[in-house]
Amino acid sequence: MSSDHLPRLPERDRPWMMRTYAGHSTAKASNELYRRNLEKGQTGLSVAFDLPTQTGYDPDDELARGEVGKVGVPVSHRGDMAALMDGIPLGEMNTSMTINATAAWLLALYIVAAEEQGVEEQHLQGTTQNDIIKEFLARGTYAFPPAASMRLIADMIAYTVEHVPKWNPINICSYHLQEAGATPVQEIAYAMSNAIAVLDGARERVELAHAGDEQATRALMEQVFGRISFFVNAGVRFVEEHAKLRAMGILWEELGRERYGVQNERHLRFRYGVQVNSLGLTEAQPENNVQRIVLEALAVTLGRDARARAIQLPAWNEALGLPRPWDQQWSLRIQQVLAYETDILEYPDIFEGSIVMDGLVDELLDGARAEMAVVAEHGGAVEAVAYMKGALVDSHRERIRRIEAGEQIVVGQNRYAESEESPLTADAEGGILVVDPAVEAEQIEEVRAWRAARDQAAVDAALGELAEAAADTSAAQNLMVATIAAARAGATTGEWSRTLREVFGSYRAPTGVGEASAALADGTLSELREEVSRLQEQLGRRPKILVGKPGLDGHSNGAEQIAVRARDSGMDVVYEGIRLTPAQIAASALQEGVHVIGLSILSGSHRELIPAVIDALHEAGVTAPVVVGGIIPEQDVAALRDAGVAAVYTPKDFDITQIMRDIVKLVGDEDAGASGAAAAPVAVAGNGATANGSA
Amino acid sequence: MSGASQAQDGVGAALGARLRDGDVSAAPATLNLLESTTANDRREAAALLAEVSPATLGGEAPGHVIGITGPPGAGKSTLLSALLRAWRADGRSVAMLAVDPSSRRSGGSLLGDRARVEFDPLDRDVFIRSTSAGERLGGLAWATRAAAHALAAAFDVVVIETVGVGQAETEVADVADTVAVVVQPGSGDVLQFLKSGIMEIPDVLVVTKADLGQIAMRTRRDVSASLRSLGSSDTRVVAVSSLSPPRGVEELIAALDEHRMRADVGERRLRARRANALADFAHEHGERGLRALGGRNAAERLLAGQAAELDTAALVATLEQAVR
Repeated sequence: MSSDHLPRLPERDRPWMMRTYAGHSTAKASNELYRRNLEKGQTGLSVAFDLPTQTGYDPDDELARGEVGKVGVPVSHRGDMAALMDGIPLGEMNTSMTINATAAWLLALYIVAAEEQGVEEQHLQGTTQNDIIKEFLARGTYAFPPAASMRLIADMIAYTVEHVPKWNPINICSYHLQEAGATPVQEIAYAMSNAIAVLDGARERVELAHAGDEQATRALMEQVFGRISFFVNAGVRFVEEHAKLRAMGILWEELGRERYGVQNERHLRFRYGVQVNSLGLTEAQPENNVQRIVLEALAVTLGRDARARAIQLPAWNEALGLPRPWDQQWSLRIQQVLAYETDILEYPDIFEGSIVMDGLVDELLDGARAEMAVVAEHGGAVEAVAYMKGALVDSHRERIRRIEAGEQIVVGQNRYAESEESPLTADAEGGILVVDPAVEAEQIEEVRAWRAARDQAAVDAALGELAEAAADTSAAQNLMVATIAAARAGATTGEWSRTLREVFGSYRAPTGVGEASAALADGTLSELREEVSRLQEQLGRRPKILVGKPGLDGHSNGAEQIAVRARDSGMDVVYEGIRLTPAQIAASALQEGVHVIGLSILSGSHRELIPAVIDALHEAGVTAPVVVGGIIPEQDVAALRDAGVAAVYTPKDFDITQIMRDIVKLVGDEDAGASGAAAAPVAVAGNGATANGSA
Repeated sequence: MSGASQAQDGVGAALGARLRDGDVSAAPATLNLLESTTANDRREAAALLAEVSPATLGGEAPGHVIGITGPPGAGKSTLLSALLRAWRADGRSVAMLAVDPSSRRSGGSLLGDRARVEFDPLDRDVFIRSTSAGERLGGLAWATRAAAHALAAAFDVVVIETVGVGQAETEVADVADTVAVVVQPGSGDVLQFLKSGIMEIPDVLVVTKADLGQIAMRTRRDVSASLRSLGSSDTRVVAVSSLSPPRGVEELIAALDEHRMRADVGERRLRARRANALADFAHEHGERGLRALGGRNAAERLLAGQAAELDTAALVATLEQAVR
């Protein structure tokens, strides 16, 4: 709160930390990119890891196929981390890592890389995202079951508070909830509920470590609370979005005081970083995304009392594919114009005393408190994952319905769609970054060479100790210690994860589609149901569709919406969720006797994975047609069609009812046309999400 | 309409013959055919079932048909993953029919169960099929019953998995040789159902999440006590835990096998075929059809007089002839 009521601050505020979510291909290529970005005035690093690294697989794992170096940089061992941070002084840098399931491992590699630079861990500054609940809810890069994941987080918090005190061990993410369709109220409520689950876990850990010493426990919890930061989203309704952040600040302070007995004002402050909304970025007329991004940035900078500590902005072309360095530079320059050319940093909080803003905040607080109570009734955020997931799928469906019906205007997409040819996408690649497919083979060779060259006995011993610490159910040993030792010994990302998977077991998160309520039949849906009934008569049994996501990409919004709509249309839907191998998809298609297969890929791995799935289907003797949806650049569509894909849908195909109609027709035509063959077509679905919006 | 989906003449008999020869790769096409409602496909389906009828096989199909039911959240999927692993390690082929409730309003359904059961997609001796319960009220889909019977000719184990307690295990009991009900610790409703007779007494009762310790032990004790008070000493109660180290799975498999050995499978299946024939007939011809037979009791007497090796379809035909 501003103490005086002067219209100007005595001194202009320092700008927030400016980052760009970046990384691709290899550690070396990403290191060059980081250095260039820093030269351009970026003040912190934000590391994007590729999906195998995020989910705990080495580049030579079957599941890594097609994903290596795509949406981020592959980091398999301490050698990769050293190359990634080469020439960047880790004692001074502030590094944010978008890493969750394997956060403990990547932090360990970072600590070891710092050691090699001669920097002690206590000087390291930065953030590991490390929010697993939202991975179960929205983003899908989990690796271990909930309880084990929460233990890893608690261990990291306990370790960093003592040994890496300037590190933010966890960023509670509301960002991905909005990407998954959350309303502002849901975003606030689920993020706060999530924070409660994390803090309760940490408190247990702290109490265990300082049994009986109430004062020490309380002092440490003060520290822990003060180290928790948030990673939020901001949509284009930027006035309400700003109110949302003020509401989160109020709830956070309340939580600290009342639930955790925090007294220090500094520790009670709501600190957040932000990546603004990707869900609302359009493939159609992508230049319009620039003004959306600017307005969204205002939501998190305008009011001083709820201003972001760190900002990274998406690029204008994220709905098309991966952004190039130039695209990301454009977004960095938006931040710099906002911070250095405008006057927003010269004033105290400009909304103080605003009746409208206070009213909006109160409205959001009421809604959020009610929703938090529902989550608490379920037994807290971990227990309520299925409930929250179902609620998000419902909200997202409502959002899509409003856009389809024209009730929510999206300029250039469902209104004012006529456009001149865009010069921005006129180049051969269509205005995006294309990762060299040779990268994957190189990385496979590289990791094999690494394994061959290291002291195997030391690695085996370190992994053995890690397994032992993990299996100790009293949780007396902090897993960070064994993890850092394994990193030092030269273990790989895949080995660390496999060791823990063997102890903790594997896990599949709820898909939320079963919980999503049935849609009310409006006119268009009734028509569609009649078409499905006619098709059922033709086929002799209910049309059956397999919906799934091959590869490691966990952004399942599009696939979920397709699954729910197919069910609401009257089809039998086999929804298998994320992280499927081509063999799994083929086995399911065959055994389930589906009439059509819908695949969704947003990570850019469609060029490798879709043909692999089609090969597996042919091998299994499945002839059902395949449709594909996702972030599929225009220039890749022909290749997919050549590979045997019946239809390709991209973010500009926002009308899911139309997609359903296409699929019904496709199945009917295949059935009438084919003679005794039992083929299934393949479709790809990727509605309403962008590849790099995975920060 | 005559699309690619329509089976050609002779397909049904050929599939039935493959199943009889133990060819598990015939399973997907078998299900496609049995689920179809066109007149042509129904004819082929009848031919398929005739090939695997007790009359043709010269006895009951060798596979063990196991019904597994329980309320949502009881841990069925995790349990099934563990069972599947153990059966496969033992060299037994397994078919699993997962029955999901349909969405009433649209008729469509989300079949999510297979995603929750872990198995090796390249293992050809595992077959998992999800089916919606379909339009028929209060019963397993006709196709599920027919499929369980047909697949028992080729697979060592056929599992029918359904959701719910009360109605569900009664329906499964009409198909399965052995019925197992899965409950999680602290689920008092199952005990209430047992005591009040809403739920029929299963052959095996599985208490999951044995790792929960005290609560699991208490639930196991309570269940056993209830069963004793109902005078049912035959029902085995097994506690399992799928958390590592997994416990109880071997014991559960032994209990299922033991029930199979002990129970008179022939008698049970015969009873099921007759009950199913009556249900099918009633579904097709309604109360009026039953009255034409002289009522339900008269129909049951008529069925009881038929040869034991007749399959359901033949029994339905017998009833239909009696009406004419």
